[in-house]
Amino acid sequence: MNDISPLLSVSNLSKSFGGIMAVYNVSFEVTEGELLGIIGPNGSGKTTLVNLITGFVKPLSGYIEYRGRDITGWAPYKIVTLGIARTFQMVRPFYQLPAFKNLIVPLYSPRVKRMAGGKYGDRDAVALDLLEEVGFERDAHVSYKVASALPQGYLKRLELAKSMALRPDLIIMDELFSGLSLAEVASIVPIIEKLRVQGKTLIMIEHRLKELFRIADRVIVLNYGEKIAEGSGEEVMESESVKRAYLGRET
Amino acid sequence: MFLGTLVYGFINSSVLALVALGFNLTFGISGVANFAYGAIYIFSGFLTWILLNSLGIPYLLSVFISILCAALVGLAMYYLVILRVKGMALSEVMATFGLGLAIMELFRYFDFVGFRYTLPVFFDGSVAIGEVFVDAQRLVIALIAVGLTAFLYLFTHHTKMGLAFRAIAQDERTALTFGIDSDRVGAVSMAFGAALAAIAAIAILPLGTIAVEGGYEVLINALAVCIVGGLGSTVGILVASVVIGYAQTFTANFLEPHWMILVSLIAIAVVLIVKPSGLFSRQKELEERI
Amino acid sequence: MKKRKERIDRGIKARSEDIFALSSHLEMIYLLLPRAIPVAGLLGVAPFLSSYWREVFISTGVYALLAISWDMLISAGLISLGQSLFYGIGSYIAGALNCYWNWPPLFTIPVATLGGGLVCAIMLLPVLRLRGIYFAMVTLVLPLMFSRLVEATRILGGTEGLTGLTPFPNQLVALYVIDLALLSALFGFRRIIDSDYGLIVRAISDNDRSVMSAGFNIHWYKSQVVLLGAAVGSFAGAFGTHVDMFAGMPGFALDYSIMPVAAAVVGGMGTFAGPMVGAFILVPLSEILRALGALRIVFYGLFLVLFVVALPEGLFHYMQRKYHQCERWVEVE
Repeated sequence: MNDISPLLSVSNLSKSFGGIMAVYNVSFEVTEGELLGIIGPNGSGKTTLVNLITGFVKPLSGYIEYRGRDITGWAPYKIVTLGIARTFQMVRPFYQLPAFKNLIVPLYSPRVKRMAGGKYGDRDAVALDLLEEVGFERDAHVSYKVASALPQGYLKRLELAKSMALRPDLIIMDELFSGLSLAEVASIVPIIEKLRVQGKTLIMIEHRLKELFRIADRVIVLNYGEKIAEGSGEEVMESESVKRAYLGRET
Repeated sequence: MFLGTLVYGFINSSVLALVALGFNLTFGISGVANFAYGAIYIFSGFLTWILLNSLGIPYLLSVFISILCAALVGLAMYYLVILRVKGMALSEVMATFGLGLAIMELFRYFDFVGFRYTLPVFFDGSVAIGEVFVDAQRLVIALIAVGLTAFLYLFTHHTKMGLAFRAIAQDERTALTFGIDSDRVGAVSMAFGAALAAIAAIAILPLGTIAVEGGYEVLINALAVCIVGGLGSTVGILVASVVIGYAQTFTANFLEPHWMILVSLIAIAVVLIVKPSGLFSRQKELEERI
Repeated sequence: MKKRKERIDRGIKARSEDIFALSSHLEMIYLLLPRAIPVAGLLGVAPFLSSYWREVFISTGVYALLAISWDMLISAGLISLGQSLFYGIGSYIAGALNCYWNWPPLFTIPVATLGGGLVCAIMLLPVLRLRGIYFAMVTLVLPLMFSRLVEATRILGGTEGLTGLTPFPNQLVALYVIDLALLSALFGFRRIIDSDYGLIVRAISDNDRSVMSAGFNIHWYKSQVVLLGAAVGSFAGAFGTHVDMFAGMPGFALDYSIMPVAAAVVGGMGTFAGPMVGAFILVPLSEILRALGALRIVFYGLFLVLFVVALPEGLFHYMQRKYHQCERWVEVE
């Protein structure tokens, strides 16, 4: 395992939707084991960037490399099998199914089968364990509740569990903290810490800057599709261009 | 020969455009699939005939009453049928289709079949364009088509109701938060669409006889134009009708007439595969394709 | 004291959910009855029908197969407005094999089923990427296109079609063949959908992006579903060819596309039994109304509208609910 070469490398990525540049000439690298934050005002292209990396959208130009392989333009399912998982900003579980059944689909993934050595094992038990890891209290039987009956905090954790079920090496979380109370965020942070201890690389798109800066190693800032700053949380918030982007002209 | 194709191609395109306008308004702009569109078209034709010939009502009044009745039928359909199945696309299609079927076949049952069922033309005689003779009715159709398209464009871009139509089409939830009553707008759009079907019928049916089969054909042609042009785009309708209209005329002149409908169908298939939301729609990639 | 209606599972349903169902006759009957009724009904009804009604039954069976095939496609989120594509292709393959090479029905039908399924699935491959309504529109247009193509190129008999094809030895044989086909399709598809594979298929219909981001190639899954549906539809076409002794443009008729959807809407989507029930209501109804002449289609259309508006969930869902759950008034504090 090479410590020098990055896990994920994005070079000069651009994407336009009907004439509007959603992402323009964005480049950055992520080293294995770090937690990178991506921040920026609304509409700055953060989700588009995630869609590009995970293959949901094809770039206009630029490259994406994962572990040295060019994955630009790959289909989402292939990228997942390589070990990249993502959560969605708009959480949409399978509402009619109980929470733990929601994990059946990712647990059936070809990647999981491969990593488990060809056998799927008892998926229900694995699902329940995973949910316990993300904070579904086992004795309260929350995992058996139908997804439509769960509040947002639990749904977000379910979303996280779905990505963890794939045994990924890189997890990209799109606004995981949005819609959560401070207490709920505080209860999810340990889960993220545990993922880091397990050696996973994380990219977090966030609006909750204070909470993000406490855990992120590095942060990049997007505005109108372009990368305008990169560095630690404090460094980035000192930057004039970042202040202007978030607060408007006169600061 | 070439001028003839040019002129008749344009006429054909205007017929298609005229037919598609009403369907596009209801389906593309307000999201309500009205598969009884062809039935309303035929209904207006027969109603005008009945008013004119059986009741002896003067032409203009008959036309006016027909258009009004068509609008009322559209309104009634919305409140009685669509409202209960709104949101379930398939049920909407089935319900309106069933209704359309009932209406069209009712006319067939009452023996409204035959060559005597025609509507009078607006003007007699023909006009010469270069060496090509075009009958006045066909020219009138072209004029009406152009005029209506312009009117609709202005309506949907510059009047409150028209803008409400487009708002509902783009994002119903947000429109609701602006106080736009989506049910009322939906009902009005359906009434409007039905009225446009009636206008199209009164303009186009004089070219031939009023036949129940025409209703099915109208539905397919309207669908073809709307799909190719892009649901909800008035400009798209124009371009699509020109493309399909000319393609049809060329095939009719240089190949054989029975290839004509094949052209429409191939056009639909190709567009749907290459750019599903139509040539001019503005739907984002992610919405039309996975 | 305010009251509200509460719906809960019947006691017997809860009891029969476990392996302990085997311990009581009542529970076993409860479980077997819904499955026994279609089997007994389909297989046992023949002796009671006159020759005319057997013909109606066979025709209903064909439509029911198309409806079941439709339901399989909708389980993956694919709305098909063109079941007649499967019917027509299956019909022509069987017809051509029989007409030009004199193959007997015993061979033409299986080959047409498989071949038709493959041909249609391959044809629809590029279209699978399209979302719901666009896919539906292409399926609506394709059979119409094929029909006109045959008319214009005059191949495969052109407008006259292929006539004088080999029939079934007798009506009863045809009836039992369609019976077996129906039962296999019904129970087979239900099995598939209830399996874990089926869960993934249903998940695709619910939230395809979620399934994609779980590492599944949903286009591969969708094409498999289309293959299954197309094969059943082609079987219906091949079967119909030998019943009618004819294969031609009417195989691509709108009727074969619309009736299955109507049957599914009336009977209840997603249950396979629902569309079958729907077909068994609508087709005989259409026959009974024949006495009314052209008025029949009017009544038919109105019936469709009324049913859709009054019972949007579909008949089978309603019956299922009544069978498994009871409603009662409960006091609310």
